[in-house]
Amino acid sequence: MKRDSLILFLLLPASLVICGCQTMLTATEKVTTQAESIGMIHPSYAQAIKKSTGAVSKSIEEFTPEQEYYIGRSVAAVILTKYQPYTNQPANQYLNLLGQTLAQASDMPEIFRGYRFLVLNSDEINAFATPGGQIFVTRGLLRCCRNEDAVAAVLAHEIGHIQLKHGIQAIKKARITDALTTIAAESARALAPNEVAMLTETFGGAIMDITTTLINNGYSRSFEYEADNAAQTILRRLGYDPNGLVEMLMVMGKNLKSGESGFAKTHPAPQDRIDEIQQKLGIKYSRVRTPDARQARFTKAVGKI
Amino acid sequence: MSRVRTFLLAVLFLCVFCLPLFSATQEFLSVQVKEGQMRSTPSFLGSVMASLAYGDRVELIEDKGAWKRVAIRGGKIKGWVHMSALSTKKIALRAGTADVQTGATSSELALAGKGFNAKVEAEFKNKNKNIDYTWVDRMEMLAVKPDQMHAFLKQGQVNPPEGVAP
Repeated sequence: MKRDSLILFLLLPASLVICGCQTMLTATEKVTTQAESIGMIHPSYAQAIKKSTGAVSKSIEEFTPEQEYYIGRSVAAVILTKYQPYTNQPANQYLNLLGQTLAQASDMPEIFRGYRFLVLNSDEINAFATPGGQIFVTRGLLRCCRNEDAVAAVLAHEIGHIQLKHGIQAIKKARITDALTTIAAESARALAPNEVAMLTETFGGAIMDITTTLINNGYSRSFEYEADNAAQTILRRLGYDPNGLVEMLMVMGKNLKSGESGFAKTHPAPQDRIDEIQQKLGIKYSRVRTPDARQARFTKAVGKI
Repeated sequence: MSRVRTFLLAVLFLCVFCLPLFSATQEFLSVQVKEGQMRSTPSFLGSVMASLAYGDRVELIEDKGAWKRVAIRGGKIKGWVHMSALSTKKIALRAGTADVQTGATSSELALAGKGFNAKVEAEFKNKNKNIDYTWVDRMEMLAVKPDQMHAFLKQGQVNPPEGVAP
C-alpha cells in the first residue's frame, strides 16, 4: 500500500506536467477526490492539490499588459495634476538611462510600452509608480541621494512595486470582477454604448483606487519591504552597491520633517526599513564607494537638484 | 487493493495517452507587449537580435527559468525572450477574426485593444477635463535603446557580476 501511494504521488504531478492543459485541472480534481475517498491521500494533501490547481486556473483571468498600460497612463495623468513635472532635460535623461537599465535586470523587464521616469518639481520627499510603468521621483527625494547607487536604489524600489503588481492590487476586488466580466463579453461581440459607459466608470474607479493609495494612504508595510527586497535583487544583478538604499534611507531620516506629507505618511520610518533590510538580507553597512566617472555624471545630472 | 490497482492503471493510461499528444504538438506563445526583444543569450546582457510585434506567435523550444528560447519565421530565427513579454493565450489583434467567431474562451484568447484601451481613456478624459496627458505622452519619447544601456553601464563602471543575471 505504501509503495502504491508513492507511485501515485509521483504520477499525479507528472500527469499534470505532461498534459499541462486546462482540461487537466478538472481531471486532476476528480483523480484527487477519488484518491482521497479511498484513503490513499490525506485530506489535507488533497485539499492542497485542489487549491493549487484552482489558483492556476484563476490566475488566467487578469488584466493584460496593454490594459495595465492604459491604467498606468491615467494614474500618471492624475499624479501630474497634483505635482508639476521638473522639466530639466539632463536630469530626466539621466533618470531614464539609469531606470530603464535597472528595469532590464528586474523580474519584469518587459511591460507593454516599457518603463519611463520623470522628476517632479516638489520639495516633498516622494515617489510613485503606476501599473503602466511610469515612475515619478520628486526633487526632494533625489536630494536624499548622495551617489548614483542611491538613486538606483530609489528607482529599483519603484520598479519593484510594478513587478509585484502592488498598484493593481490597490483596485477594489469588485471593480476588477466588473471590468473583467465586461471585457470577457467584448471577446464575443462589440460592446453596447451603455456597456462602454460602464467600463469607463469602472476604469475611473480603478484610477481613483490606485491614486488614493499612492498619494494619500500608502501601501502596507509589507508591500514596502517587498519592494525594498526586489530593489536589492536588481541592484545586485547589475553590480550596484546594495548599501545605496541604506545610505539613501539614512539621509532621508535626517531630511524628513515630522508631520510632512509624502513618504513620512505613506512609508514605514526609514530606520525601520534599514533594520528590515539589514536583518533579512544580512547586509552589513559600509560606506558606498563609487568610481569617479559614475560620481561625476551623478553630480552633473542631479547632484545639485 | 484491486481498486487501488485499477486507479493506478487509469492514471498510467492517462499519462501514456497524453505523452505522444504532447510531444507531437508544438507549443506556441504570443507576444503580449508592444515590442518584445529577442536576445542572443538568456540574460538581460544578451545582445538584442530581433524585435517582436504585439500578437506575434513564437514557437517554444527550450525553457530556462524566466527565459524562453523561441523560434520565429518557421524556425529560421531562434533566440531568447523573457517570459514577461509572452503569454500562453492567443492574441487576436482585431475583433471578428476566426478565433473570436469560433467562440474561443477568454482563457485561451486575449483581444488586443479591448477593455481598458484608448477609447476608454478618451471617454475618461472627456469626463475629467482637468486631467492633462501632455507630459504622459512626452514621457513616452524618453525611450532608451539597448546599446545606450550598455554604454551607460560601461561608462559608469557598473559591472554586472557573473552568474547572477536572471
